[in-house]
Amino acid sequence: MIAARLRKTFPARSDSSAFSLEVEFEATAGVTVLFGPSGSGKTLTLDLIAGFVRPDEGRILLEDQILFDAAAGVHVAPRARNCGYVFQNYALFPHMTLRQNLEFAAERRPRLERHRRVNEMIEKFRLAEAAGRRPHELSGGQKQRCSIARALIGAPKLLLLDEPAQGLDAPLRAEFYEVLRQVRAEFKTPVLLVTHDLDECFDLGDDMLVMREGRVVQSGAPRKILDQPSSVEVARLLGVFNLLPGEVRALDPGRNTSRVRVGEFDLEGPYFPGKLLGDRVTVCVRPEQLTAAARNGRPSANQIPAVLERAVEKPQWMHLEFAGGAAGNIAVDLPRPEYERLRDSKEWVVEFPRTSMRVL
Amino acid sequence: MQIDWFPLWLSLRVAFMSTAVALAGGLWIAHLLANRDFRGKEILDAAVTLPLVLPPTVLGYYLLVLLGRASPIGRMWEEVFGSPLVFTWKAAVIAALLHSLPLLVKSARAALESVDRSYERAARNLGASEWRLFWRVTLPLARRSILAAAALAFARSLGDFGVTLMVAGNIPGRTQTLAVAIYDAVEAGNGALARTLVLVVSAVALLILTLANRLAPR
Repeated sequence: MIAARLRKTFPARSDSSAFSLEVEFEATAGVTVLFGPSGSGKTLTLDLIAGFVRPDEGRILLEDQILFDAAAGVHVAPRARNCGYVFQNYALFPHMTLRQNLEFAAERRPRLERHRRVNEMIEKFRLAEAAGRRPHELSGGQKQRCSIARALIGAPKLLLLDEPAQGLDAPLRAEFYEVLRQVRAEFKTPVLLVTHDLDECFDLGDDMLVMREGRVVQSGAPRKILDQPSSVEVARLLGVFNLLPGEVRALDPGRNTSRVRVGEFDLEGPYFPGKLLGDRVTVCVRPEQLTAAARNGRPSANQIPAVLERAVEKPQWMHLEFAGGAAGNIAVDLPRPEYERLRDSKEWVVEFPRTSMRVL
Repeated sequence: MQIDWFPLWLSLRVAFMSTAVALAGGLWIAHLLANRDFRGKEILDAAVTLPLVLPPTVLGYYLLVLLGRASPIGRMWEEVFGSPLVFTWKAAVIAALLHSLPLLVKSARAALESVDRSYERAARNLGASEWRLFWRVTLPLARRSILAAAALAFARSLGDFGVTLMVAGNIPGRTQTLAVAIYDAVEAGNGALARTLVLVVSAVALLILTLANRLAPR
């Protein structure tokens, strides 16, 4: 288990503006994803935990060891922290073979155990045929597995991964996810994974911290965050929502209903606790929760007439972009056959299923 | 014409010794300048560079004052080794060192600083001490640039004239280096000897600089 409370401020310089990081979180076994746009402080958080950068304030507790405590003046050197770190560029030593890279990392283990441990990792991460090669002779997948093996060989209490799948093509990415699942199952080491890829959060994350400008803006299970972002800000960061301005027109807790005015139309939804009549809200729905249909006379309940502006082909569905008049732009993901059936429609409506209505 | 090759051997020996000393001391200073923050860092950097800009007479004067037979260091040397330091080939090594050390420190610092920081972070993260990090990661990664710097320092050591003349003198067969021998030959009107030695020193220097260029990473 790791518990961290961190504060670090960088004053403005000629080549960069001021930045301040202030985060507090706990992570237990499993993968905790640090998600956010670049410049949100994700990598800095890892560097503070690994000890490469000293926090101004705060405390880091890893299992029962205090790694940093500003008040007590404790700052354990990076080499004594026992946190495996997989760097963005892997940072495999270019002048050593793959095996030597692992041996270098194994040197803090008892002498007799080293050799066995290195062989064990080489086998476990399928690196046998590449063991004698230098990093520049390795394939992308081998480099990646080697860097994870190297980080794990000293039996760290925590594994830190800095965008390890960035820039990899789809098959390598899938392979990496597989390796990481294996690591999670076998090594029982808590993992902090930095990414700005939402798919990665869902593929790997047990838990997720959404970061922005040096702050954690929401945390929880990825599925939960996607179902109920805590703010418009979080919804924007996740980048997969339709965010439409609206006004609460009716609320009925007894019948569990509500009505929100979006543009010139009323949309019905479940009762929204905590909202008042007349509140300005943002309707937040994902494109795949919406459907589109051919317009047939007057739009019925929960429909907004819209003009199809663009249809983008995706591997498994069609991504349709509509202009919804006063409601703004609306994106809808439609299954392919559905789209084929409707594609010649002149006029469209976008339908908001009652149960998928969320407001922020 | 009978040519006395002693000055060439002496010069090579002096250059070799001064490069070895410069490498040992210079690497350490370069490491401090590249990786540590301490008070007086700028001053140390400037002091190390100073010999590159001061006139040889000034440097020679300093060395005579510092190492001469009347100075504490000179007296101590004489106590321990039984003979004075100045006007021996060892003084020529020190004279050469004044030129090889700044070159070496400058280039070695740049070489150490050019090593990607993520390798050093990785090594620390994997539990390496600063000592092991330096010898097993930073130095091997900067190896080629440092060897190139050493070759350059060697070539520069070969060519010192002024300081050597002041502190080691011009004793044929004992302290007369190549550069001094050429001056001697020209003064004595021995054009043939001067020409030969000039060609030799040029060829050796050219060879070493070519080697340095080949070593330097592209």
